[in-house]
Amino acid sequence: MQDLTRVDEIVGRYADTKTPLIYILKDVQKEYGYLSDVVLTHIAKKVDIPLSEIYGVATFYSLFTIKPKGKYVVRCCNNAPCHVKKSKEVLEAIKSYLGLEVTETTECGTFTLEFTSCLGLCAVAPVMMVNDEVYGNLTPEKAVAILKDYKMKGQSNA
Amino acid sequence: MHRNHVLVAMDAHTIAQGARAVRDALMRNLEMTSLTSEVKVVETGSLGIYNRGVVLVIFPENVYYVGVKVEDVAEIVSEHLIKGRVVERLHYTDVPVEKAAEMGAAPRFGKQQRVVLKNAGIIDPESIEEYIARDGYEALGKALTEMKPQDVIEVVKKSGIQGRGGAFFPTGLKWSFAAAEEAKQKYIICNADEGEPGTFKDRLILEGDPHCVIEGMALAGYAVGADMGFIYIRGEYRMSIDRLNRAIQRAKENGLLGENLFDSGFNFNIEVREGAGAYICGEETALIESIEGKRGEPRDKPPFPPSVGLWGMPTIVNNVETLANVPQIILKGADWYKSMGTEKSPGTKVFTMVGNINNPGLIEVPMGTTLREIIYDIGQGIPEGKGFKLAQMGGTTGGILTGAHLDLPMSVEALREIGSGLGSGALLVVDDSQDVVELVENFVEFFNHESCGKCTLCREGNGRLLELLQRINSGKGHVADLNLMEELAVTMMKGAFCGLGQAAPVPILGCLKYFRDDFVRKIEAAEMAAAA
Repeated sequence: MQDLTRVDEIVGRYADTKTPLIYILKDVQKEYGYLSDVVLTHIAKKVDIPLSEIYGVATFYSLFTIKPKGKYVVRCCNNAPCHVKKSKEVLEAIKSYLGLEVTETTECGTFTLEFTSCLGLCAVAPVMMVNDEVYGNLTPEKAVAILKDYKMKGQSNA
Repeated sequence: MHRNHVLVAMDAHTIAQGARAVRDALMRNLEMTSLTSEVKVVETGSLGIYNRGVVLVIFPENVYYVGVKVEDVAEIVSEHLIKGRVVERLHYTDVPVEKAAEMGAAPRFGKQQRVVLKNAGIIDPESIEEYIARDGYEALGKALTEMKPQDVIEVVKKSGIQGRGGAFFPTGLKWSFAAAEEAKQKYIICNADEGEPGTFKDRLILEGDPHCVIEGMALAGYAVGADMGFIYIRGEYRMSIDRLNRAIQRAKENGLLGENLFDSGFNFNIEVREGAGAYICGEETALIESIEGKRGEPRDKPPFPPSVGLWGMPTIVNNVETLANVPQIILKGADWYKSMGTEKSPGTKVFTMVGNINNPGLIEVPMGTTLREIIYDIGQGIPEGKGFKLAQMGGTTGGILTGAHLDLPMSVEALREIGSGLGSGALLVVDDSQDVVELVENFVEFFNHESCGKCTLCREGNGRLLELLQRINSGKGHVADLNLMEELAVTMMKGAFCGLGQAAPVPILGCLKYFRDDFVRKIEAAEMAAAA
């Protein structure tokens, strides 16, 4: 059973904010890593909004996740400005290095691979994000080298 | 007093190229060499140089360094700051014209003109004092002490400014609708949900000069009778969010937001609301739904937000760039604003140039500048000696422009005439080595992902278009598929519920119109290969 006291605390934080659901979901996700059924059900009770509606919101926005993710979330941009700067080659190299398809997570829980929507860094396209860090002017080799560093970091911290 | 100032460009682009590490190294080095009392490091917004790594400029010498790496810092400190010798291998002399005019160096990059970006990269965006020193909050003071709300609306109307979010609706007219509503609460929303691929103007305005947007919102609030504003911004724009929150705080401390501003009895407050990742929330009614904590699905219109908006109250939703123009218009007047640009599209326009271009990044030019001037003068042409294939103006929903359009002035009316538009101002340049059919598949992949699912035409239409394009790109297409795509695209354009579904077919139809041969060639080559 998950400890839900921190959910209560977060809901309380927004007592003075009008229609704060998205903020609550954001903070809860930060605290728990993802929005589990148990957590969403509890939020529904606390804020008195039907669970179906809360689930609808949690699955609508791309920054929310109802599944646990890896320690490092790699988000590749493949929008048109990155596309014409050969983002596909970068993506293929990342896929084969991590052994993942987009939206998958490695078994060890180190990496999740996703697409990102345009980050507005198109002057240094192609780009990717690893958690909150952004990397630009990527080549397949450069992207793999960056991920190698993360892999090492992940192992030494484990 | 400091004898030198080192401005380090800290925008999303330079950070992606390691600006934070360089700044830290610089601070450490100055400490080691005991120069901290003589040399001041200032973090600033974008300096207008985008893909040349970390950029810094040293004053008073006005020397630009690009591609600065952590290991270069010691040399810059010992050579330049201690011995006064410029480090030539990092020295950058192609200084953009707007900086040159500002700082007395030689002009370089074509006909740029800075109104919205007049402070970006020049002031410290964290310092309200520097904004005020460059006539910041003077327009607000003028409006609150010398003008009636109706006068503010009149000036904005007369200036002819149109909404910079992409629809180019007359801003003054929009304000007059909300002003005419009787309601106990009205709202101003700044739309900073910049999601159109290739667009990053709003982010760089907010990162480089947050106070001009805050001031623009307060002016809008005074004009329509709203005392509360929200800035709805993409959750991904972390740095902009932090800078905005600090700027709002500083404005409050200085009595420029809050109660009884300039002793006029006018109150105005601003709250930042973060999005959670949804392209559709750039549509104003979807944005409002999102602030209300719901799925960001667009509402039926009418009623339009100036009558029924956030929490059912009259609401003005304006784009960042629009609001950033407002203080200057109030300060310098409608005639000044109309002296720039074309008769029907006054003012300047901020564009982001991306794709296959030598000098990508943010530019501000008068409306009516031709595509050729933008791509070849300011953008310095296409890399690797390749040819120009097409440009897409306005983001992924934007229209397709070809070589035949190079001398077309980039203004609302000229583009409208060819059934196109300026959209978000993102200009994607595509060279002749690119495969158009794959590019179109990339467009449709995007729409298919971003469709909110509310209406059938957009949800299913984009899905079917994607299937057809994947079929063609995997060598299993038929020439008849092209007609089917066209028919489907036209139906979506006419029948989709909101702007997303209506605009999604625009680039597809454009590519089919101008580059049909590319599609046919690809299909026929695959058929021949299969028959052989």
